[in-house]
Amino acid sequence: MATLTIDAAGLRKTYGTRTAVRDLTLQVKRGEAFGFLGPNGAGKSTSIKMLLGLVKPTSGRALLLGQPVGDREVRARIGFLPEHFRFYDWLSASELILFHGRLCGLAEDTLRRKVPQLLERVGLGTQYAKPIRSFSKGMMQRVGLAQAIVNDPEILFLDEPTSGLDPAGRKLVRDLIREQRERGATVFLNSHLLGEVEQSCDRVAFIQQGNVIGTHEMGAWQADQTEVEIKVARVAASTLERLDQFAREIRLEDQMLRLRVDGEGRLPEVVRCLVESGAEVYSVVPHRVSLEELFLKMMGPDPGL
Amino acid sequence: MSENAIRARVPTDSLEQQAAQHDAAAGTTAALRGPGVLRTTALLAGVTFREAARRKILWIAAIAGALFLVLFWTGLHAMLKSAVHLPVISRREGISMMLMMALYAASMLTSMMAALTSCDTLSGEIASGTIHAIATKPVRRWCLVLGKWTGFAGMLTLYVLLLAGGCLALSCFEGRYLLPHIAVVLSLLWLQAALLLGVTMACSTTFSALTSGAITLGLYGLAFVGGWIEQFGALRHIKTCVDLGIISSLIMPSDALWRRAAFKIQPPLLGAAGASPFASTLVPSNAMVVYAVLYAALALVLAAILFERRDL
Repeated sequence: MATLTIDAAGLRKTYGTRTAVRDLTLQVKRGEAFGFLGPNGAGKSTSIKMLLGLVKPTSGRALLLGQPVGDREVRARIGFLPEHFRFYDWLSASELILFHGRLCGLAEDTLRRKVPQLLERVGLGTQYAKPIRSFSKGMMQRVGLAQAIVNDPEILFLDEPTSGLDPAGRKLVRDLIREQRERGATVFLNSHLLGEVEQSCDRVAFIQQGNVIGTHEMGAWQADQTEVEIKVARVAASTLERLDQFAREIRLEDQMLRLRVDGEGRLPEVVRCLVESGAEVYSVVPHRVSLEELFLKMMGPDPGL
Repeated sequence: MSENAIRARVPTDSLEQQAAQHDAAAGTTAALRGPGVLRTTALLAGVTFREAARRKILWIAAIAGALFLVLFWTGLHAMLKSAVHLPVISRREGISMMLMMALYAASMLTSMMAALTSCDTLSGEIASGTIHAIATKPVRRWCLVLGKWTGFAGMLTLYVLLLAGGCLALSCFEGRYLLPHIAVVLSLLWLQAALLLGVTMACSTTFSALTSGAITLGLYGLAFVGGWIEQFGALRHIKTCVDLGIISSLIMPSDALWRRAAFKIQPPLLGAAGASPFASTLVPSNAMVVYAVLYAALALVLAAILFERRDL
């Protein structure tokens, strides 16, 4: 069994003279929750569509579950929630899930059992018979989620799953992602809401102007880049110079010393250095770099729209 | 890029176990292969038929069709009442003539319906994203096209039966006159609609709904004018006009199908009276009918190929 569920190398898509995706190279492991981030127009949608086989790449190759992207057998093992999930609005929620389950090739008796369970799971248990035309955007997203997991997919692609959802709906998405992973599924999450990605993903890729400009492990970079606020008195200039070997971006304002260390493991050294040079330390408060800060740093200054 | 230095959170065998449970519960050989050609086509046909049946345009057309049948009935009734004293042969002539005009209107309405109801099915669903959740399922894309075509064709069959079948039934009921070639006439009218449906769907894979509808109706108009030129040419023995008509029929054989149907309906007198859209002086050949069947099939195949190839 392949350990990589997604393995894309040099995927490129051009429309005439416009290049939507320049070089999509990424690998996602089985069971991983992978966040896909980038500003508007960076090529995120085209990238997801290439991985799903909806858009044919101009060049490059990609394997899903060890098989070429777009294979029917692969498609039987993936689930997808499009960004703006829409469907024939005269169908009821249960008819819609049933239809998608049938398109997945699921047996009728499985579906009879499964459809009510799924609707219950996404909080639409009492709304099963209503036509979806009467649904709010949030309710549509919930139906969309249910159809995406009807076949117990091995890879679940979610394109902006929390857009239009209230806090309860967002929690539902987080819980569903967790449940799917506990089941063993890989989750590929494209979202603008960095807080959501931060809470759900193990690893993130940043895409800018059609290139993957970096991938980061969630825990790792947070441990890597710790900003610390130290309330301190009697700090000599020579002490600050000595701190240079442990920390970066050192700034002292009144009694507040701010610096950045490569991982929390270096904090004791910093404190020891301060104490040994005669400074008085009152408090040490580490601040983890948020995903948003990392995102803005990776993307550079906003070029405007 | 260096990556994947992360631990796999899930033991590698958990998916296998899960898959095994799934297999046991659902009999997943089918689930892994998807629903199969016939099943996919039937699923899409069902949903498309229901979608098409909900269009306002269809109901307006159905109401218009019903009114049109009432009009035809009243007209036929009045005509027959005034012709009680005439010999049977003349009465039949009158019935056929009215039937011809009514069926011409039915053919035109059905053609319009074929183009207008189907023109946004692919382009519209690509634009709205509805197709994304469908095309990522384990289904063959060409089956989606075939299913949609089947759904619309089913709807058009009912429409042909309502309008043309209604006219024929009324002429039988009111005038005690049963047209000799009912099945042939209905099949030709149906083929005309199916032909235009295929062309519209092929356009709809590439162009917007409006453009697709305009192209199909444009071709339909071209064939109509071409047909008239051809008949005029035949009457006056102008070869260029006849050739122009044949070329236009090759570009779009819809009018040739109507003229073939008209030939089966028309009373002898009308045929002798000269060219008109309701009659056929120069009868399109069997070859032209075969050509139209191939044309309709190729349009559908083209729609499937174009849809299979395009980015969604």
